[in-house]
Amino acid sequence: MMGLTNEHLAKWLEKTNAKIQENKTFLTNLDQAIGDGDHGINMSRGFDEAVKKISSTEYKTSSDLLKDWAMTLLSKVGGASGPLYGTALLKFSMSMKDKEEVDYSSLTAGIEEGLNGLIQRGQAQEGHKTMVDVWSPVVTFLKEQPAFNPEGFKEIAKEAMEKTKDMKAIKGRAAYLKERSIGHLDPGSVSSYYLFSSLAEVIEEEGVGL
Amino acid sequence: MSRVGIVFISHSEKIAMGLKELVTQVIKDVPIEAAGGTEDGGIGTSLEKIQQAIEKVYSDKGVIVLYDLGSSVMNAELAIEVTGLEHVKIADAPLVEGGYVAAVESGMGKPLDEVLLAVEEVRMKLKRNE
Repeated sequence: MMGLTNEHLAKWLEKTNAKIQENKTFLTNLDQAIGDGDHGINMSRGFDEAVKKISSTEYKTSSDLLKDWAMTLLSKVGGASGPLYGTALLKFSMSMKDKEEVDYSSLTAGIEEGLNGLIQRGQAQEGHKTMVDVWSPVVTFLKEQPAFNPEGFKEIAKEAMEKTKDMKAIKGRAAYLKERSIGHLDPGSVSSYYLFSSLAEVIEEEGVGL
Repeated sequence: MSRVGIVFISHSEKIAMGLKELVTQVIKDVPIEAAGGTEDGGIGTSLEKIQQAIEKVYSDKGVIVLYDLGSSVMNAELAIEVTGLEHVKIADAPLVEGGYVAAVESGMGKPLDEVLLAVEEVRMKLKRNE
């Protein structure tokens, strides 16, 4: 089968949500170390609501599904991750307008649009210890590869997430801590890793041709 | 006569409400709304609350939005995009002092750009001495 269907996108969301719920305390602990301590709670509430919304709605296009995912996060997540994940997914949704299926090039373009949205909304650059530090290498990797490579994709996302540990935060609440932010993983990068590793797993498990 | 509307965004519902209370004790004829906290009153910001607050105080004179910590500005930007209203400006200024100045300037009937300028000047002022 070619391309990601709506069913695959829904599975992607469900898998990401499962990882977030499982690691809710871990995400909160990470955020308590260098942020405002609400990342686990906010993400688990927002993604739970998104699963409820999407599993109970019929979608004609992938763009509509992604849009509802984005809008739910925008309205249900109270912290910074709401507008950030919401904007990224909204840009992804907009890039899928008038497209029949999510093939490799539209997936790459969609995630790249998401990254551009993150940069625009959060005013962060690479090396600032934010989600951008995961999204950016992931986009570069997608663009370099001729087809989807699940193992490599997961590895890139994981490495990028781990690299945030030694960074000093320039953006986000952690930036107030300056040097003290070094030695802790960026919570948004960890949840971004869950998002991308879930995508790779769905593509692998469902045998999606990309 | 319509005045520039003012919205206070804070991660805390109490901060936003408290600031509105503080300012309206003195300035009574300016439309001011507080948009603090999440939907259920927790710590954070709510896109919907901000959107509703902007719409409530909106007039031809426009609206000035003030916020507290970094991430609330993202929801402020989104709310402005979602409402599609023109003449809504986000002020880059300390919330309490900037909010007070915004209300005073708006109360004098000044246009949006002048109110914004006065509010952002607050950033440069020392609180003690000159």
